[in-house]
Amino acid sequence: MKAVNYIKLEFPGRSSNEALARAAAAAFALQLDPTLEELGDIKTAVSEAVTNCIVHAYPDTVGKIRMRLRVLEGGLLEIAVQDWGCGIEDLQRAREPLFTTGGEERSGMGFTIMESFMDKLRVRSRPGRGTTVVMQRRVRSRAERP
Amino acid sequence: MEIGTAFAEGRLTAYLTGELDQHEARRAMESMDELLEEYLPRDLVVDLSGLRFMDSSGIALLIRLSRRLRETGGRMWIENPAQQPKRVIDTAGIDRLIPVSVRKL
Ligand SMILES: Nc1ncnc2c1ncn2[C@@H]1O[C@H](COP(=O)(O)OP(=O)(O)OP(=O)(O)O)[C@@H](O)[C@H]1O
Ligand SMILES: [Mg+2]
Repeated sequence: MKAVNYIKLEFPGRSSNEALARAAAAAFALQLDPTLEELGDIKTAVSEAVTNCIVHAYPDTVGKIRMRLRVLEGGLLEIAVQDWGCGIEDLQRAREPLFTTGGEERSGMGFTIMESFMDKLRVRSRPGRGTTVVMQRRVRSRAERP
Repeated sequence: MEIGTAFAEGRLTAYLTGELDQHEARRAMESMDELLEEYLPRDLVVDLSGLRFMDSSGIALLIRLSRRLRETGGRMWIENPAQQPKRVIDTAGIDRLIPVSVRKL
């Protein structure tokens, strides 16, 4: 599908950049004229994806995170978040609600939240190589809203 | 994020404001631990009316707090979550574990 607009962002996986990534995604999404609720959903999904890179992909280092946002035809927002960290051994298991390797500080709900807040979630991962999460959410134009 | 407090008759109300993500969560848990030690409340109310944003890091924090309260025989519930935190709480399904009450303000 043709991209109408895009931005690419690369930043170090410091937890202080979680808020920055959310704000950048929200600012980019504004061109689709989303509702407050849609904006909240987009920020939440981005926060989950970026936090996963920071806490899971690079547990002991500050690694590189790349976020690419695209507006596709028909008001489709696509968000890709990529890391070059440890990767995920068993993807199916990782995506199950409550599954976590993160102990008490995590709830194992990140993928579940991304899945339910976005229309589509695709995860590609190679152990030792890294992980890419691609999410899509259609934002209805004002005219289409009830 | 900031935490305000009110205490009366064994009930501590913690007002969480700002944004609660992984960056803020550890400090928030430490602050809450300190407050629980200081006040030794029977019940804990976590007021989320001033929390603009929360992700799954907040879910883990809320679950840990409710576990702590249960250990001491107390109760905990969430009050007045704003729209975005409410959606995260509903999606995570913790309203089955921790009651959510909406009070008219
Ligand atoms: N980018 C990543 N790199 C490596 N492992 C990952 C990555 N993202 C997720 N995982 C693995 O998948 C598991 C599930 O992720 P998910 O986001 O659903 O839950 P969580 O991060 O453990 O907890 P929560 O998101 O509720 O704080 C993680 O515990 C981790 O093992
Ligand atoms: Mg997660």
